[in-house]
Amino acid sequence: MIHRSDISQAIGFLLLGACIAFALFFLGTILYFILVRGAPAISWEFLTSEPRRAMTQGGVAPAIVGTFYLTVGAVFFSLPLGLACAIYLCEYSPKTVLVNIIRLSINNLAGVPSIVFGLFGFAVFVKAFGFGVSILSGSLTLGIMALPGIISASQEAILAVPQSHKEASLALGATHWQTIAKVILPSAFPGILTGVILNIGRVAGETAPILFTAATFYTRGYPDSVFSEVMALPYHIYALMTEGTRPEIQTQIAYGCSLILLGLVLAISALAIILRERQRRIHGS
Amino acid sequence: MRHFKETLYRWVFTILAFASLLFLVGIILTLFRESYPLLAGHNLHDIVFGRFWYPTYDPPEFGMFPLIIASFVVTFGAMAVSVPIGVGTALFLNELASESQRAVLKPVIEILAGIPSIVYGFFGMIIVAPFIQNLLDIPTGLNAFTASLVLGIMATPTVASLAEDAVSFVPRSYREASLALGANRWQTLIRVVVPAAGSGISTAIILGIGRAVGETMTVLMVAGGAAAIPASLFDPVRPMTATIAAEMGEAVMGSAHYHALFAVGLILFLITLVINIFAEIISRRFRLKLGLGR
Amino acid sequence: MDRDVKISARNVNFYYGKTQALKDISIDIFQKKVTALIGPSGCGKSTFIRLLNRMNDLIPGARVEGRILMDGADINHPKTDVVSLRRKVGMVFQNPNPFPKSIFDNLAYGLRIGGVRDRGFIERKVVDSLKKAALYEDVKDRLHDSALMLSGGQQQRLCIARCLVVEPEVILFDEPAASLDPISTRKIEELVLELKEEYTIVIVTHNMQQAARVSDYTAFMYLGRLIEYGDTERIFTVPREKMTEEYLSGRFG
Repeated sequence: MIHRSDISQAIGFLLLGACIAFALFFLGTILYFILVRGAPAISWEFLTSEPRRAMTQGGVAPAIVGTFYLTVGAVFFSLPLGLACAIYLCEYSPKTVLVNIIRLSINNLAGVPSIVFGLFGFAVFVKAFGFGVSILSGSLTLGIMALPGIISASQEAILAVPQSHKEASLALGATHWQTIAKVILPSAFPGILTGVILNIGRVAGETAPILFTAATFYTRGYPDSVFSEVMALPYHIYALMTEGTRPEIQTQIAYGCSLILLGLVLAISALAIILRERQRRIHGS
Repeated sequence: MRHFKETLYRWVFTILAFASLLFLVGIILTLFRESYPLLAGHNLHDIVFGRFWYPTYDPPEFGMFPLIIASFVVTFGAMAVSVPIGVGTALFLNELASESQRAVLKPVIEILAGIPSIVYGFFGMIIVAPFIQNLLDIPTGLNAFTASLVLGIMATPTVASLAEDAVSFVPRSYREASLALGANRWQTLIRVVVPAAGSGISTAIILGIGRAVGETMTVLMVAGGAAAIPASLFDPVRPMTATIAAEMGEAVMGSAHYHALFAVGLILFLITLVINIFAEIISRRFRLKLGLGR
Repeated sequence: MDRDVKISARNVNFYYGKTQALKDISIDIFQKKVTALIGPSGCGKSTFIRLLNRMNDLIPGARVEGRILMDGADINHPKTDVVSLRRKVGMVFQNPNPFPKSIFDNLAYGLRIGGVRDRGFIERKVVDSLKKAALYEDVKDRLHDSALMLSGGQQQRLCIARCLVVEPEVILFDEPAASLDPISTRKIEELVLELKEEYTIVIVTHNMQQAARVSDYTAFMYLGRLIEYGDTERIFTVPREKMTEEYLSGRFG
């Protein structure tokens, strides 16, 4: 005998299956198009040479290099600051209203739209500090954007270190700082690393924060200082599609850029997630 | 010496931690300072509810209503796509997927959440928009509907991933208690698991909304860019983020237009702030309810 | 009677925020003897020994009143250096808590943080301590393997060895066998008996037989108060307090 509840269960489960099928279908479609249409554009020359003939020929090497500089710059800036902030919040902070404000503001910083970071970077770094549209301004802007993610990932990793390890160290006569440096941070390191890598992936693909702080459609050659404007992969895709002069050729290049960017970002986040899953398996939690 | 070192470290970390607070304060101050000249010269009501955004006319008009409406339409359109699909995906992963499927799908979805928005924008512009245009036989595929669709697809992995976390926090004992009373799995899922994870799922949805409101590149490339109040879902629109991105490059530093764009940024910031605070309150309640502490 | 007082607590009260966890505790702990603290869970015995190396400093809102003297010096005095206090007063915790490092590095840790750089010296001390903790034979061929590979009982002996490396004068054991099987428990007890030749030992246990087996003196605590304190043999045979008698006969706890 078939119950009504069994029928509703069958329908319900079917719907859930449809949901995940939809999700995977859409996302698969995107990956498919970018891969199939982008692959023919990619060649050794595309990866290693500069654009020629008003962006209709040659490669996108300066954009790849630019994205690399911006990302490294952002990490260089946000990693020490973010880690220090996490250490303070987990280890040193008293339980006061002020500290709660910091916590809240970090949470909120994480939700601020990327374009607003772009505005801030433009008003402060580009204009007020006089860094101009440059790698420096872009890196700082991206760095601030990555900060909340790095802080919360580091905090989580530090809090996951068992209190008993901390107590054992202190009971042996270690100072607070020795305990942090020799017991807590080494244990938290894999977690921190994962969080940092995930955020690097996010930063590398961002466009809005660098729109008016760092990126430009075309540079001659490669940047020679932190005060140079740069080409960057995500911006390059946008510029090709909106400012391009020869859509039929430049769309092809944009596909190529998208594939490179996608490959780069997905590889970075896959690395982070694999690291984390392995970590979980080792600690069996 | 040892005391000196310990104190030194404490101070270094304190100062660095407060530097991050400085950035949030800095962002707020910058937005206020740069938009002040506009806010001082106009009635706030006229700005927020003004129907015309003609920043380059003489005299210019800075009515932001079309931009705000555009952001809302596109965001809610996106949620209409990503909430059912995202939450459904989360429930599927939690309830129906085998251990091995879950072990693969969960990270895959998380990785997909990391696809850069520019890629969605590009895809929407080059594939989805022409498809919609031909399918519905409308003048342009770059409109609020397409933007909602693409943005919705984009937000789905985020919503799915966060909602799955919330569902997996529901203690197994709840489920067992329901099954032991003779409820089937679907009834247990809908009547016990989902309500228990309710505020966690709400948090996921709210954070998804926050992400969609603040998303720039996708709407910049796909929404069509017309700064007018849309008559239908198939009209081109220009959300707040797209306006800033598109016009900042041309606005003369210090001009009324420049300040107006910062004012758009300020409103955007305040909207996301409210959304974040909402999410924070609800997720705190969720953790309390399930006894997760903090 | 040659029994020197090593630690002397006088009228100690202890508060977690507003809750008072210890009430007017006065006790003398004798040099190179084993003192056991027994009592039902929540009676404050762990809280008390954590005062002796000031581990309770870590708890926000904790407050201590009264005086605790070690070798005549007040350990809570503002001028007392908590780091050197903890080097003199080692602690072994309820659950074995080796660091996720190699066996060797776990033991070397205490020396390295103390600024010792001499490799030869570190190696000698490590081997010495492992021998004292009766662990050397088990691990001599795998000193550089992770300490987490050891069994629970071995891990606990490793933690004891780790504590011995820094040459403490007092060792506090906080229910050291609570999470171990009977055989490992016996080994730990034997170890405690050997160690008292050189160290002053305070052991918290909820296992009365264990207290009877290893200790010279026993203190019975209940609800934050010290109810009775004296020679172990006397306490277990002719307790003076009715409450002690009831606890020992298993009527509560």
